[in-house]
Amino acid sequence: MSYDSIIIGAGMSGLAAGIRLAYFGKRVCILERHTTIGGLNSFYRLRGRNHDVGLHAITNYSPPGGKKGPLNKILRQLRFQWEDFDLSPQCGSSVVFPGHTLRFNNHFDYFEAQIAEQFPREINGFRQLVSEIDAHNIGDLGQTWISTRARMADHISDPLLINMLLCPLMFYGSPSAHDMDFNQFVIMFRSIYQEGFARPYQGVRLILKNLVRKFKSLGGELKLRAGVKQLLIEGKQVSGVMLDDGQILEAKNVLSSAGSAETLQMCGAEVPQDDRFTPGDISFVETISVLDQQPQEFGHEETIVFYNESEDFYYEQSKEPVDVRSGIICSPNNFEYDRPLEEGSIRITALANPDYWMNLPEEKYIEQKQYWYDQILESSLRYIPDFRPHVLDVDVFTPRTIKKFTGHINGCVYGAPQKILDGSTPFNNLFLCGTDQGFLGIIGSMLSGISIANLHLLNPK
Amino acid sequence: MAPEQIRSVILDILARIAPDEDLSELDDSVPFREQMELDSMDFLDIVMELRKLYRVQIPEEDYGELVTMDSTVTYLTPLLKDAESTV
Repeated sequence: MSYDSIIIGAGMSGLAAGIRLAYFGKRVCILERHTTIGGLNSFYRLRGRNHDVGLHAITNYSPPGGKKGPLNKILRQLRFQWEDFDLSPQCGSSVVFPGHTLRFNNHFDYFEAQIAEQFPREINGFRQLVSEIDAHNIGDLGQTWISTRARMADHISDPLLINMLLCPLMFYGSPSAHDMDFNQFVIMFRSIYQEGFARPYQGVRLILKNLVRKFKSLGGELKLRAGVKQLLIEGKQVSGVMLDDGQILEAKNVLSSAGSAETLQMCGAEVPQDDRFTPGDISFVETISVLDQQPQEFGHEETIVFYNESEDFYYEQSKEPVDVRSGIICSPNNFEYDRPLEEGSIRITALANPDYWMNLPEEKYIEQKQYWYDQILESSLRYIPDFRPHVLDVDVFTPRTIKKFTGHINGCVYGAPQKILDGSTPFNNLFLCGTDQGFLGIIGSMLSGISIANLHLLNPK
Repeated sequence: MAPEQIRSVILDILARIAPDEDLSELDDSVPFREQMELDSMDFLDIVMELRKLYRVQIPEEDYGELVTMDSTVTYLTPLLKDAESTV
């Protein structure tokens, strides 16, 4: 079987790239090792309930009728209507550090006013930083790593404000510890503070199902349970792939969303070492608690709370199995839907130690998940009313779960610290999209697939 | 195709790229970019849609001709004179 393009991975980026290619008449096949689509943003059913895997919120919100920003860009590129994603905006979120709570919603003026009120001496510096963010070109594919902390320190002198601003952005997208690349920072700052959060009533499955439906209606082929064991290499060219079951598929080019290091591993031993292709090591444990009431009923009305117990913020691979000093509390109920979700739920996420979770024997693993679920909830109660009496059902996932279902080394969620912005690899017709290319979040990952498909597969120079 | 048919073809392409847009108010002499916030990715899509529909190749140096409806129709008229309309 021979294709114009083979895409590895049926996540957001692979499906979006697939739609572009199929729309413009390419013979394209998406290969997914797992039994279902979605990758890092998938969904599942457990004990009669639907859950999302990664989704807390979709960032990059734009109201209907909007024309600018990444959401409108991908809607146009994928020929979707605004209604197809059915986005309801957030109710309001906050960053909570000792002595300060900065609230934000999908109106940036509100956030700016919060900073002016709580950090009056820093507001001019903050505005200068925002001007720098507004002027930054994320489309420049040739840029290299710049320290965000250094750039922020040029404008803001209070380290507490720097940490508070960074906290949500790092939690929702930094592949590197302590600091982040300024380009990544700009992408995250715009997507979270300037555009904001939203969620489809049905969760991420609505978007994924619309992507697959469109891909297939355009003639694209999707193979599930079709893991790529090896990329077939001839000199600087890839000629096709060998699947786990030994089947060989040929293609003129291959686009991989498997991750940069993960993709090179599939090429075999002949690939030269390149430190741009070093996998990330930041991962998380997430707890999902299904409740017998809506969170508003016990007094929790916020969409997402980012918390940290000290003025210093340690965004790094946890030394403990889970770092309970900081975390994210997300309530999927607290978006402005036109009707309430069927059940209440609270998701709490915290930094974790991948090695610890990978190496536990099975019986210990189950026990430790329970233990750390309790620890995470205990720690979060400083920021949310005690909802433990309302818990009906629980699920916990760890770096081990993420590795198992996505193949990402270390169960890494935000990919490699070094992004490959132009999607190129050591091979002429092998390209990268997804988390390791550089755009992040649900909308960002679709934009990643679209951009790389446009750049290399539809309009090659 | 006559210029008026070419205009319909372009409208059809714009409606596919931006299905939420009200195109009945489009001013043929004002740049698309200003009226619809089209960016370079969208212009590339107009070019690719034309290539897909009519196999017409528009070199990159000519993208500037696609700035308004008027200029686009003028530019495409000789290129599409023998093509059959698809709309």
